[in-house]
Amino acid sequence: MEAARVTVATRAGRIAGLAALALVAAGLALPSVAGRAVIQDLFFILTMLTLAQFWNLLAGFGGLVSVGQQAFVGIGAYAMFAGVILLGWDPVAAILLGGLAALVLAVPSAWFAFRLQGAYFAIATWVIAEVTRLAVAQWKALGGGTGTSLPREATADMLLVAAIGDLFGVRDAAARDILAYWLALALAVATTGGIYALLRTRHGLALAAVRDNTEAAKSVGVDAVRLKWLVYLIAAFGTGIAGALIYVQKARISPDAAFSVTDWTAYVIFIVVIGGIGTIEGPILGVLVFAVLQALFADYGSWYLMALGLIGVLTMLFAPRGLWGLISRRTGLHLFPVRRRLDTGPTTPRGD
Amino acid sequence: MIWLDTLVQGVLLGGLYALFAAGLSLVFGIMRLVNLAHGDLIVAAAFLILVLVTWLGLNPFLAALVAAPVMFAAGWVLQRHVLNRTLGPDILPPLLVTFGLSVVLQNAMLQGFSADSRRIPAGALETASLDLGPVSVGVLPLLTFASAVVVIVVLNHVFYRTALGRAFRATSDDLTTARLMGIRPAGVFATATGLAMVVVTIAALYLGMRANFDPSIGPARLIYAFEAVIIGGLGSLWGTLAGGIIIGVAQTAGAAVNPEWQILAGHLAFLIVLLLRPRGLFPRAFD
Repeated sequence: MEAARVTVATRAGRIAGLAALALVAAGLALPSVAGRAVIQDLFFILTMLTLAQFWNLLAGFGGLVSVGQQAFVGIGAYAMFAGVILLGWDPVAAILLGGLAALVLAVPSAWFAFRLQGAYFAIATWVIAEVTRLAVAQWKALGGGTGTSLPREATADMLLVAAIGDLFGVRDAAARDILAYWLALALAVATTGGIYALLRTRHGLALAAVRDNTEAAKSVGVDAVRLKWLVYLIAAFGTGIAGALIYVQKARISPDAAFSVTDWTAYVIFIVVIGGIGTIEGPILGVLVFAVLQALFADYGSWYLMALGLIGVLTMLFAPRGLWGLISRRTGLHLFPVRRRLDTGPTTPRGD
Repeated sequence: MIWLDTLVQGVLLGGLYALFAAGLSLVFGIMRLVNLAHGDLIVAAAFLILVLVTWLGLNPFLAALVAAPVMFAAGWVLQRHVLNRTLGPDILPPLLVTFGLSVVLQNAMLQGFSADSRRIPAGALETASLDLGPVSVGVLPLLTFASAVVVIVVLNHVFYRTALGRAFRATSDDLTTARLMGIRPAGVFATATGLAMVVVTIAALYLGMRANFDPSIGPARLIYAFEAVIIGGLGSLWGTLAGGIIIGVAQTAGAAVNPEWQILAGHLAFLIVLLLRPRGLFPRAFD
């Protein structure tokens, strides 16, 4: 009789992997056919997907519900601006500075917030984001409370922009959008792939164990505290990078916009909840639904946000696993399988 | 003398923050639920009072008296039919549902009342003040602080001296045993949230008379309330008042140095307490 094996891979997963590769290749080539508006829309979708995947890693897999991720978007964006304006760096290089700044902020933040449990952790992250926003608003060199813009010469000489302009025969402004879009594509793919890879390692298994029952996980030797730190720091770094990239494209910053709880946390939470929290597929599906809603109804302003909030609440109440949860339960489909299944091989009647 | 004045103003402002926090503390103590829409519910109650004052020409205090049962009913229904479904070992559903609710409420108010700043007109009370020797204090801040003390005394009385309070404590301590004794947790929780909404109405009355408010200020009120609860220590209402006072004094002191530092100073005071006494100053509950 064949020995039982633990497997993670599924056939759908392998097919999804190939399809994803094809999709990424198509995405890379897209600027040669798509117009500037499409590229800008896709940039928005890809950066929101990145933010959603990191929030999902925190809340869905790590059990750390943060409503203060705007702290890392904002500090990442501001560090990028500081790199460009104060240090004279290229904006693209300064994106890394954004990630590092978020990482640096995340250490004291985690140290404070981890003193509180559950719901109180959530509000503590919000307090930290507020403190960061108020402190940054005092940074006069970067415009204080009113904010500032990237200097024209910095955006004009951006790395690769001239080459992209020549390649596609477009003006600098359009070339900058293409560059930002490629970076967003790379970031979204690296994020999704990276989180997927992380969840398939021992750490991923340990994470699921801690989320589902911290005490039981500790009793079998999982270091829950270290894992929480790991997840929090990864999410902070990635969110900081995404924030910096978003503001390379926007080229204009203010504390209220960069630390907006609606734009960088509420939207992100709705994307993950509607798509399906605690799965890799969820944020992808969620961001697609969100993009459609945004395109159709964003003009309705507060009615739109009200509806989005209501959909989020109803999803949480009646389909807590989100759209992907519904699909996956009905079809048994797992495109990014992270669950360990016991494969006992073909069952053979045992004779004696 | 100016420092004494700052201190007194800060202490009185702390009364308002304690009012914000008392409802949050009550609900958390009984059902371990943190309502992220708490701040927005305070603002909603302030709008309700404003509507009653402007449309029916009621006195603000009378309007609050009318608004209180309405808010109690709203809280009861919200808890009974929405929030009760989210309670359980998983912390995600209550957090995400109340966060969604916060966004819905904020935008509903934005739609209904626009983003303009409003104020509940309180007539002569707005400017009335008492001369207390070295400092002069506003009657309205004094009334706010006194109301906070009364609310805490009454809540403590309900909690420790009445049958309802026994039911609150029993469900909080041991849900299963409380059920065996014939308590229906769904109803107890709904009553608790209703009661919290009455406190919210009182907080809203003073918030609206004291300064301008608009639909977007809810989250900041939630944060002050939360800070007061954590500083005071979970489960202690008098601790919550102390927490409110610390935030209030830190804010007025910060503002006295530089008006831009008012809010930041309050948050920093909170972080310092969290650093030195992670379980708050007067912890009672263990979670």
